[in-house]
Amino acid sequence: MTTGITLEIPAKAEYLSLVRAVVVSAAALDPAVEDQRLEDLRLAVSEATTNAIRSHANLGSEERITIRCGLTADRIEVEVQDRGPGFNPENITPVGPLDQPGRLNYEGGFGIPLMRVLADEIKINSADEGTTVQLVVYTPPSNESS
Amino acid sequence: MIGITEQFRDNWVLLQINGEIDMATGPQLRQRIVQYVQEGHVNIIIDLTEVDFIDSTGLGVLIGGLKRTRSHDGDLQCIGLSESLKEMFKLTGLDAVLTEQDT
Repeated sequence: MTTGITLEIPAKAEYLSLVRAVVVSAAALDPAVEDQRLEDLRLAVSEATTNAIRSHANLGSEERITIRCGLTADRIEVEVQDRGPGFNPENITPVGPLDQPGRLNYEGGFGIPLMRVLADEIKINSADEGTTVQLVVYTPPSNESS
Repeated sequence: MIGITEQFRDNWVLLQINGEIDMATGPQLRQRIVQYVQEGHVNIIIDLTEVDFIDSTGLGVLIGGLKRTRSHDGDLQCIGLSESLKEMFKLTGLDAVLTEQDT
């Protein structure tokens, strides 16, 4: 990452809007990034941070969540790192369509699929000591950069 | 915090939401929906015109509301979706179950 910021937040839902605002403001420093891509990033980061907060809540951990946002010539990279108990991404069962009988009984299951659609790249590294989600959004070449 | 204003029309409750619906604010909306259904107001319209952000937690609240109202022979519908919200509803399949009515 050539330029970037790091944010550490308590694992509390009240900080979600702050994370979204900071990450999108940082990404918007690249004038070539289109508004729709900023919206994609805003939602993807919110989903990753929500999952991180949930993982801490389940653990009862006081540990903070770290969000790193970096800009390079051709991409925006965001990492959301928690210290929760981790999970196996391979074990996530795809949820069925909402008009499928019984599907309404389950309100969740959208977060990771949304991140996969919204980001150009996503990597999930999870272990017993925590999970790191890396989101990448490609940016078009800027006229100002060489 | 989100702002919620209510209007009663015939047998419908119209909720106008202002703000962002996420893990922090979703429980507030969920609580209101539960309260309406308990009071017998099982037909709910949610106006999202002033909502500029909703994440999967917010979608979960809407799905929970739909399930709750339908289990009492009611319904829940969303109106006033921005283009980005329409796209999100489409991505998640919510457009198939939460009928949108253009105002």
